[in-house]
Amino acid sequence: MSDPTRPGRPTQQTAPNDPETVRPGEGAAPASAAPASSLAGGLVCPIPLSEYPTVQLAHGGGGRLSQKLIEGMFVPAFDNPTLAALGDGAVLALEELAGAGGLAGSRLALSTDSFVVRPLFFPGGDIGSLAVHGTVNDVAMCGARPFAISAGFILEEGFSMEELWRVVSSMRQAAADAGVPVVTGDTKVVDRGKGDGVYINTTGLGLVPAGVDVAPHRARPGDVVVINGPIAEHGIAIMSVREGLEFDTAVETDSAALHRLVADLLETLGPAVHALRDPTRGGLASALNEIAGQAGVGVRLDERSLPIAEQVRGACEILGFDPLYVANEGKCLAIVDRERAGEAVEVMARHPEGRGATVVGEVVGEHAGRVVLRSGIGGERVVDMLSGEQLPRIC
Amino acid sequence: MCLGVPGQIVDIEEDSIGMPMGKVSFGGVTKRVCFAYTPDAQVGDYVVVHVGFAISQIDEAEAHQVYDFLKEMGELEELDVTQPAEALGDRRDRGGGGV
Amino acid sequence: MKYVDEYRDEAAARAVVDAIRRLVRRPWTLMEICGGQTHTVIKSGIDRLLPEEVILVHGPGCPVCVTPLELIDRAVEIARRPEVIFTSFGDMLRVPGSASDLLAVKSEGGDVRMVYSPLDAVTLAERHPERHVVFFAVGFETTAPANAMAVWKAHQLGLENFSILSSHVLVPPAMEAILSAPDNRVQGFLAAGHVCAVMGYWEYEPISARYRLPITVTGFEPLDLLQGTYMTLRALEENRWGVENQYKRAVTREGNRPAQDLLGKVFEVCDRPWRGIGVIPGSGLALKPELAAFDAARRFPATGPPPEEPAECIAGEILRGLKKPHECSAFGGRCTPERPLGAPMVSSEGACAAYHRYGRTL
Repeated sequence: MSDPTRPGRPTQQTAPNDPETVRPGEGAAPASAAPASSLAGGLVCPIPLSEYPTVQLAHGGGGRLSQKLIEGMFVPAFDNPTLAALGDGAVLALEELAGAGGLAGSRLALSTDSFVVRPLFFPGGDIGSLAVHGTVNDVAMCGARPFAISAGFILEEGFSMEELWRVVSSMRQAAADAGVPVVTGDTKVVDRGKGDGVYINTTGLGLVPAGVDVAPHRARPGDVVVINGPIAEHGIAIMSVREGLEFDTAVETDSAALHRLVADLLETLGPAVHALRDPTRGGLASALNEIAGQAGVGVRLDERSLPIAEQVRGACEILGFDPLYVANEGKCLAIVDRERAGEAVEVMARHPEGRGATVVGEVVGEHAGRVVLRSGIGGERVVDMLSGEQLPRIC
Repeated sequence: MCLGVPGQIVDIEEDSIGMPMGKVSFGGVTKRVCFAYTPDAQVGDYVVVHVGFAISQIDEAEAHQVYDFLKEMGELEELDVTQPAEALGDRRDRGGGGV
Repeated sequence: MKYVDEYRDEAAARAVVDAIRRLVRRPWTLMEICGGQTHTVIKSGIDRLLPEEVILVHGPGCPVCVTPLELIDRAVEIARRPEVIFTSFGDMLRVPGSASDLLAVKSEGGDVRMVYSPLDAVTLAERHPERHVVFFAVGFETTAPANAMAVWKAHQLGLENFSILSSHVLVPPAMEAILSAPDNRVQGFLAAGHVCAVMGYWEYEPISARYRLPITVTGFEPLDLLQGTYMTLRALEENRWGVENQYKRAVTREGNRPAQDLLGKVFEVCDRPWRGIGVIPGSGLALKPELAAFDAARRFPATGPPPEEPAECIAGEILRGLKKPHECSAFGGRCTPERPLGAPMVSSEGACAAYHRYGRTL
């Protein structure tokens, strides 16, 4: 299917080992006498590591070194003509993006998110892929089809160039797989000790097709809450490599781009989809509390219906975490008309990110603004917003 | 006091000062645990783990006593106690199984 | 998960609740004295499933909550030292001292690190001979053996850059303090299962006899708590006292001998202040004199006068089960998990935090 998210270029699926994906810059090719180092993925870091093994303040200064970094690393990685034009900003043709239906009735969706995750690399992902997926998803949750993202980097002086390349490569792959190009960006470098390696901000744009209206306030009593798969994987994957807590697990982050799944859901169910939310920080509990508060409705969950992998459960048990509050990065909550709930699950399940899609709860008229859980033994408790951060407990 | 979680011992060996250490599996997730306080526990046994220490070995026979207790209360006709493992399996497979 | 799921079985839980309903002829007040049990009760909604006549109150079962304010301030002071790596269990990090807390010290640049096991703190000391590692050794008898082993290992390794800030508390003296108070309403106790896994339950027999009340050693899963409640109520209805063991799969009368032995080598019993309650004689553990080199309180003496508690906080009455959290004038308003006035609101095991989080406002 033609992809309206890529301005003017057919979707290009490049293999990770394809040497064609990394060209030594379209403008000033860095004059490197020393060979660039190679990485496990087969891709070669285009900035000569023997010359610049770490990020320098000048790489963010706007001068020659800045240019080398941008044209040597970022432009070839993200590989699209808009970025390569290197204007102060990206200029995109809206009619092209709207496609056959035209712009009438469309609305623009804009979302921004900053990524400061530690550690930078974790099972199944890293800050780079997270930065792409996170913003693509936020745009998708507005009911929009994402067509472009920007990427702002705040690098710490002394940050490993090789690690930066790993992050950028990962973003490249994520953007290419999602079919959403990185069309503009910015790089700043702060003094050693004033940053945390790398922070990334991504801002995404998308078009909401005419007739699509998803918003929290549309949730109403009788609706069903559907999720595309098991919970708490991202948070646990991060915890498993965090210093002081390390444990062995096969749990990987669920970080994924959900825009195609969402687009399918909206196309198939139309106005029966009332609200969408991705339960990231604060987990399912916080996301549902927000919706309940914004819509003035109650939400009821059933502990027996919560999808969770055995290993994730085990990890939550030993750390003393409640999976309802653990972050997800590839999950989408859809609040849909009761009659179409089964269909919603089926549509989600058609996608790899929707394996394990299931109903988790319902919207009710009682206890407006609160989420209530029926426990596994038939008791009840209120599921509140997360306050502060969940800390592993000894008791 | 205190978060003690039951897990199954995967391996045991002595560290540099002769303390028995090893891995315990909690539903597939494994964590390094000290077995100094459960010297008789073997690989395959279940232990209760608290802050990285096995503090008690689970007595598997006693673990089933909850069913004896229910029989005592005369409610047992409703549960299939002769095959408790299967009954549990049925309940676990229904809904919320996860990937 | 084995040995977990079986004790969360709904049909079995309902059967026990029904049995309790049929059993109870008059109101009874029971106390559980373990943060983990408080947590399970509220999280699975057991308190709402039990008939009205059964009143479950929560005792001072949260070692984080009962750590004296003075000790928190001490910890904060020590953590600020540049040569110190301050290590702690997660739940201690947010407990408010009189002016600051460990998380705040971390954000100001202090080297404060969370560890899962006390042995991890010893490993840090081994890896960083140029720094001094302090471990905030908090806990009841369940955690004391782990903390003891950390000191023991450091001792075996001849480490000179490791010490603990000890905040150990013992359950039986606390139970006595509650039961001997003139306004005591508790008629039966659920004893903390993992404390008993370590110490056994023979210590509770004289308490049960002296106060003529039943004590049931109870586990932590919903079914454990329901069964423990049932057994205690049955004893009350039959006018019996004594100690019974619900948590047989993990607890024996003698307890864990190797753990008790090491506790005896590393610690000795001492008097200890409990935040919100005051000094309870013989209720704490201090390092033995021959291991004084590992005592952070000795190595880093206190500076400044002892702090004062916020007047509005009624933690003492909460911890003794005399009031419920929502009966405090500050609950949910001036005192919330985000801005706690006292410890039971900060630690997720504290009764106030549990009530607030799980919406118990009535």
